[in-house]
Amino acid sequence: MRVVLQNLTKIFPSRNKKSNEEVVAVNDFTFEIPDGKLIGLLGPSGCGKSTTLYMISGLQKPTSGQILFGDEDVTDLPTEARGIGLVFQNYALYPHMTVKQNILFPLQNLKGADKLSKEEMMERAYNAAKLVQIEDLLDRKPSEMSGGQQQRVAIARALVKMPRVLLLDEPLSNLDARLRLQTREEIRRIQRETGITTIFVTHDQEEAMSISDMIVVMKLGVVQQIGAPQDVYDDPANLFVAKFLGTPPINVFEGTVRGEKLYLAEDCVMNVPGVADQDVFVGIRPEGFEVNPNGAMRCSLNNVEVMGRDASVVSEHPASVNPVVRSIIDSDIRLDLSNKNVSFSLKAHKVFLFNKDTEERIRFEVR
Amino acid sequence: MAKNKDIVMQERNLQTVSAQQRIVKIVVKAGTYLFLSIMALIVLFPFYWMIISSLKTLDEYRQNIPTFWPKIIVWGNYAEAFSQASLGRLFLNTAFVGVVSTILSLVITVLSAFAFARLEFKGKDLMFGALLATMMIPGELFTITNYATINNFGWMKTFYALIIPFLVSVFYIYLLRQNFLQIPNELYLAAKVDGCGDLKYLWKVMIPLSLPTLISITILKMMGAWNSYVWPRLVANDEAHRLITNGLRNAFTATTGDVNYPVQMAAVAIVSAPLFLVFIFLRKYIMKGVSRSGIKG
Amino acid sequence: MVDSKQQWKAWLYLSPAIVLLLIFTVWPIINTVRLAFLEGYNALEATWGATYNVGIGNFIEVLNYKDFLTCLKNTVLLTFLTVPLSTLLALLIAVALNSIKPLQKFLQTIFFLPYVTNSIAIGMVFAAMFNIIGLRPSGDVADSWGIINNIIMFFGGDPVNWINAQSSYAANMAVMTVYIVWNALPFKILILLGGLQSINKQYYDAARVDGTPRRRVFTRITVPLLSPMLAYVVITGFIGGFKEYSSIVGIFGEKMGPVGDPYSLNTMVGYIYEELPEMNYGVASAAALILFVIILIVTIINGWVSKKRVHF
Repeated sequence: MRVVLQNLTKIFPSRNKKSNEEVVAVNDFTFEIPDGKLIGLLGPSGCGKSTTLYMISGLQKPTSGQILFGDEDVTDLPTEARGIGLVFQNYALYPHMTVKQNILFPLQNLKGADKLSKEEMMERAYNAAKLVQIEDLLDRKPSEMSGGQQQRVAIARALVKMPRVLLLDEPLSNLDARLRLQTREEIRRIQRETGITTIFVTHDQEEAMSISDMIVVMKLGVVQQIGAPQDVYDDPANLFVAKFLGTPPINVFEGTVRGEKLYLAEDCVMNVPGVADQDVFVGIRPEGFEVNPNGAMRCSLNNVEVMGRDASVVSEHPASVNPVVRSIIDSDIRLDLSNKNVSFSLKAHKVFLFNKDTEERIRFEVR
Repeated sequence: MAKNKDIVMQERNLQTVSAQQRIVKIVVKAGTYLFLSIMALIVLFPFYWMIISSLKTLDEYRQNIPTFWPKIIVWGNYAEAFSQASLGRLFLNTAFVGVVSTILSLVITVLSAFAFARLEFKGKDLMFGALLATMMIPGELFTITNYATINNFGWMKTFYALIIPFLVSVFYIYLLRQNFLQIPNELYLAAKVDGCGDLKYLWKVMIPLSLPTLISITILKMMGAWNSYVWPRLVANDEAHRLITNGLRNAFTATTGDVNYPVQMAAVAIVSAPLFLVFIFLRKYIMKGVSRSGIKG
Repeated sequence: MVDSKQQWKAWLYLSPAIVLLLIFTVWPIINTVRLAFLEGYNALEATWGATYNVGIGNFIEVLNYKDFLTCLKNTVLLTFLTVPLSTLLALLIAVALNSIKPLQKFLQTIFFLPYVTNSIAIGMVFAAMFNIIGLRPSGDVADSWGIINNIIMFFGGDPVNWINAQSSYAANMAVMTVYIVWNALPFKILILLGGLQSINKQYYDAARVDGTPRRRVFTRITVPLLSPMLAYVVITGFIGGFKEYSSIVGIFGEKMGPVGDPYSLNTMVGYIYEELPEMNYGVASAAALILFVIILIVTIINGWVSKKRVHF
């Protein structure tokens, strides 16, 4: 099912009676989600990603704008009529019901033509349980299961009524690190097998990047960028997106462009063709550094953290906004730690310039 | 060597101290148990006296030197008590009033608590605050006007008078609302996504999850009907509607002097028996409910 | 976000409660105040079209009425006798219960038993225990002294005419005090024991490490940490005490006194109820308002004292 969001806006009235400040949770969000894709809504807390999800689910009504499933306008449709499945952050399993009863619950609410016989219900519940591999746990109560198992039950319960759209709210945040890795593969697999358009919300960029077909990066209710994870990573629209994606995070410097050359602390580090003279923020991905004794970027070396496949060089640079500069280099390259300094040359396609005031990207030609 | 001796002495001192402490501890423990046992006997004595008296002949009861176990057990006292106070009729009346008022009261309480816990409406906080404020006012203040109201409605000597004025208990609404609030909001949203309407959610999720509170309310409400005395005496103290406590009091007006106590005690035992049975089986719910309320059923 | 459908639904769900509360709670509050200030209001006369002056006449009548003063005296006396006594006993029992392990649950259940009784019915049992059976009109010869006197005599005391005809006021009050305390113990023990069990054991461990003597532990740790519960128990005890009525009916019957001296043990609530069938709503309302004000004052004083003294 294709999901279309048109100028979606949500304004919460002020909670504090004295001040009249309204909170714009989501501002003018327009996006078309293609059928059968896995979409990650990504952003720090309070960015409006959960509100967007809740508006798609129908649990919250947009202040303005439209939501379309396929060609059908569902903006005013109540939740239960939308045919969506929703998995909550804390799973929201009914604690007094067994797994089977939990999964059957949505089916028992079907009315009229959709009504199922007992056998059909059981069969669908069993299939849903099998899809998430909990068919052996049907008679357990939620309290008798691990977090990961509860998560699967919640997904099964969302899938059992064969939703047009599956929505997941922070699906991995309550799991430990190992389970998280495993579960995200699982979500990807289930989504592939069922082909259901799936939208999930997360604040963890790694999670979003690793399984999404497309990610939507949001900040303070405003969509910053939409695209395939790699494209967004390689071509961020602004400083926020650049900083939000990637571990270790991007290194940010204050720089100056003069005569189509980029200066960091009076060192000319590279050419930036087509950029007018101005002060800029410079973002350099950790993998954008190459150790080069003749490199133009000179840093004072702090430490090298070896991580097996590659090594992380921790150094300092006077123009850096952050206390340290982190660069990832091949671990074959040995650095002499007794050397106080290290010099890098830069990979141009890993270097991004941003307007000092608007923090918007300033593009230049990479040769 | 001298040093060693000191240590030995010290150890011995420690030992005697700990032995002394142990003795004190045992004495205190024994005293505690003795005190509790005596208090327990005092608490239990009236019940014991009620039961053995109810089984004695009148002559034995009157004996100058009391007997602590009946020489001849007279079960007939119970039959006599039952017919003398027409307890059968009183049981039926009380059960009817108790069951009907409990069911209606539960429905009203659940609906109100749900509205306060789960729905958003204008004036919710104000309304709830006003409701809580009425709890401060002693019930006696309401009795006068309610007596007049019942009179005006023409409900004197009807079951309406016994049931309707007490259907709403602000305290139970409060208790249940607190319980409902503990149920995570996500469950409500999840149910909505699953196409479950408000009332079905209430029935399928909230009620099962707050069953202990509802059971507490049910028991306390039933006990209330069983023990109510003042109001029924005012508004419906006639043969057809009289409740058990009034019936008991009416049938045995004399409490002092040369009364046929064995029969009277038998009647008291019959009236008390259901309460004890409920207590034995549902002690947990009663104690939990009471510890949160402090309202005598 | 308040959508109109929820509004409508909320009021629908609340409607039965609201309607009933308006009729049987809100209206009575307003009406009782109104009636209290209509001098000499009588419902029967009112239906014939009698009119009444607005004033404080009802209050003056109530306060000048000899029987009301008796009721007030009885109520105050009983309250001030029973509340401290039952609280102290309950505290001792709760602390003792809290210090033992075996039999704790069993004894706790026994101590709760009086709660699940009918105060009229068990009052009759108490009456039977205190009664002197077959007392002659002259008052000197008895077939049996009754079990309580038997016990007193067993320990070498003299029998007392507790509740029979010509019994003394002091004896009557003693019986009422015993019964009310017996009745009040379970609730207080339950609350206090609950409070004791929620006190963090670490305080006691810390005290033991410091070698604090037992009594100091009790006065310096247990009582202060229990003070909110104690305050609660005392406040509810006072409120209940001022509303005392049915326990007296249980022992002395609806005449509220020993034979030959009816209403000598009447209480404020009893007084209000006596006026109702007479349709003297004005006087009854004034008395009810006075009761309410007394309860309010006691609650406020209690609250004020506990704010100063309660540990938290």
